Amino acid sequence: MERWRKLQERAGNAPPDEVPLALAVEGTHGPIVHAANRAARLAGVTEGARVVDMRALCPALKVDYADTGGDRAALQRLAMWARRWCPWTAVDDSGGDPGLILDTTGADHLWGGEAAMLAEMEGRLALSGFSARLALAPTWGAAWALARFGPVRATCADTAPLPAAALRLGADTVLLLNRLGLRTIGHLADVPRLSLARRFARAAPADNPLIRLDQLTGHLAEPVSPPDAPPVFRADARLAEPIFDPTHHLPDLCAALCAQLADARQGARRLMLTVYRTDGEVSRIEAACALPSRDAAHLAFLFRDRLERIDSGFGFDLISLEAPITESLGARQVDLAGGTEAGLPLAHLTDRLATRFGRGALTQLQPAASHIPERAETRAAPMAAVPALTPVPAERPERLLDHPEEVRVLYAVPEGPPAQFQWRRRTHRVTRYQGPERIAPEWWQDRPGTRLRDYFKVEDEAGRRFWLYREGLHDDGRGADPRWFLHGIFA
Amino acid sequence: MQGDSGVIPWVMAKTDATAGAATDTAGRAGPGGATLSEVFPEPGAEAAAAGFVLARLQDRAGPVLWVQDRMARLETGRPTLAGLDGRALLHLCLSRAVDVMVAVEEGLRCPDLSAVIAEVRGEASAISFTALKRIALRSEAAGVPCWLIRQAARADLSAARNRWRIATLPSAPHPDDPRAPGDPRWRLDLFRARDGRPGAWIARHERGAEAGMGPRRGAGGNGGTGGAAHRLDLVAAVSDGALAEAAGTGGQRAAG
Repeated sequence: MERWRKLQERAGNAPPDEVPLALAVEGTHGPIVHAANRAARLAGVTEGARVVDMRALCPALKVDYADTGGDRAALQRLAMWARRWCPWTAVDDSGGDPGLILDTTGADHLWGGEAAMLAEMEGRLALSGFSARLALAPTWGAAWALARFGPVRATCADTAPLPAAALRLGADTVLLLNRLGLRTIGHLADVPRLSLARRFARAAPADNPLIRLDQLTGHLAEPVSPPDAPPVFRADARLAEPIFDPTHHLPDLCAALCAQLADARQGARRLMLTVYRTDGEVSRIEAACALPSRDAAHLAFLFRDRLERIDSGFGFDLISLEAPITESLGARQVDLAGGTEAGLPLAHLTDRLATRFGRGALTQLQPAASHIPERAETRAAPMAAVPALTPVPAERPERLLDHPEEVRVLYAVPEGPPAQFQWRRRTHRVTRYQGPERIAPEWWQDRPGTRLRDYFKVEDEAGRRFWLYREGLHDDGRGADPRWFLHGIFA
Repeated sequence: MQGDSGVIPWVMAKTDATAGAATDTAGRAGPGGATLSEVFPEPGAEAAAAGFVLARLQDRAGPVLWVQDRMARLETGRPTLAGLDGRALLHLCLSRAVDVMVAVEEGLRCPDLSAVIAEVRGEASAISFTALKRIALRSEAAGVPCWLIRQAARADLSAARNRWRIATLPSAPHPDDPRAPGDPRWRLDLFRARDGRPGAWIARHERGAEAGMGPRRGAGGNGGTGGAAHRLDLVAAVSDGALAEAAGTGGQRAAG
């Protein structure tokens, strides 16, 4: 929920807090509520209920779809971020809803004790916009139970009064235990082990109350196995004396970085060159590649004209070249004849042009599925895959103005294009025309009231061929008399 | 009108429809006849220049790099996918002429492109003889043809191997509809050619079905009406202008 809110705030359309809001996922019988904000929860919206029921309860409820995959990826990044407190962190999805598990053994005294560490964690998470429920316990199971069912920032609290659901069991098992009258962990612990083992002999380990109970009490070990941090590709050059110009060190740095990348079968997509100045300041420039690359000469070239942008101050004595974003790039064989690989020079060209003139300047025109001329072509990043679309069979101009320009009609005729019009202070007399080609607005994305267009290809007495359109009809009830626009120029 | 009145179908018999490029295979031109050519459109013929350049792209595969400066884009619009025959179009929009020259030079280092087309509006000191010479040499070395469309500019001293002037003409009669414009026609003037003979022509661009598979242009004489997907017919502009006049008035009469 909070990640969604941050994304919406970044997009600039976050709703105010008092609007009841829910995120939904597809359930068996239609969408069900995945998460809800505070206003919605106060209005009675419960998580796990169907969206239609909750709409009946709270008619003002706004619903959006939850991005569970994105949540999961964000949680993994958060697990890496949590390495600031202790080295053993992992995403905890042993129970129902995922969380983070940190093995803080031997780390808490560094943060001034256990309670101080929990407060520090909560503060840090709140700073990045997340609320968190934290608990500290000797075992994974107990920490899970306390974080979800225990008091706020519980530290090694008693788990006996917690409900049976705190044992990380499935909903069916919890229901069964409740029917048996075993409502809390304490009740369950009082039952003789033999009868529990007999009753749940066939249950899966993750659904077996006895095993879960042993994990909670620590009779059964459950170590945290943290994933490896993603490797860092970085090459440093430490200099004996401060220098001002990194040009001569760049090829060596690139070669070292490319060797690291080749070992890991990765190719760099982003590069960051950082210089550490003697006065303590840090200055950096970045570059990007259209395709993953570990060609040292190419990477060095990307920085060639931009090194003067580094503010070197009184000189710097440490240069570091890092590849923050990499993609997998296997060893490739150039063809047997030893020729160059097709497409690679083009990718290098787009990189060079993009680094030199900015990423927005270079675009690749792509056909798009639309009949509106300005939407029939989209600008994509270079080297993007071209969608296979059948082109419009009608004739299209070689040039298109960015914005259609209104022309002044000097001599209108009832049908067809104007016999004389003025565009950019020049009068054109239409000698021949072809049309109309009627293009209706796209009702699914145009504003209501958008008028249709009648396109004409006209030719004036000097042989200039234009693409004019009339916006709307005389009696379509959508505004005043139609106006004429010039949209394109034919060869 | 410096064309010879005797040489009517100058071209096509020998060099098929990629005409005017008699220069291409000779002399210093690079592999495949790639070299630097300049096109000076008359006012109002900027789109015609773009169409002419696209019609003259040979059967090279690969994307086209189209570099435009800001004024050219504002005044005459941006290129579209029409006329590209399914080639990809990399469009680079820059604000200064000097950047355009740098980008063209950069683009000519890439042999995968089918052409580099640059459009600059107005006079610019960046387009000097030296800069053009560099681009011409690079184009010939890489084997990538380079076309420089210079809008609203004087044809000063230049190192371009071929220099064209282009103006629009009333289009050919439409085969089906007498009121409609047909195939576009241009007045072409090759006023400087390094390895060939300058001349003036009236060109008619027959555009076949879009996204033509198979041969893009048909071989054959200028009178042939074949099933070729694209063809650029050139007729020598005779010195007394009779043929041109006849053709032009024919078009206008059809318009009536």
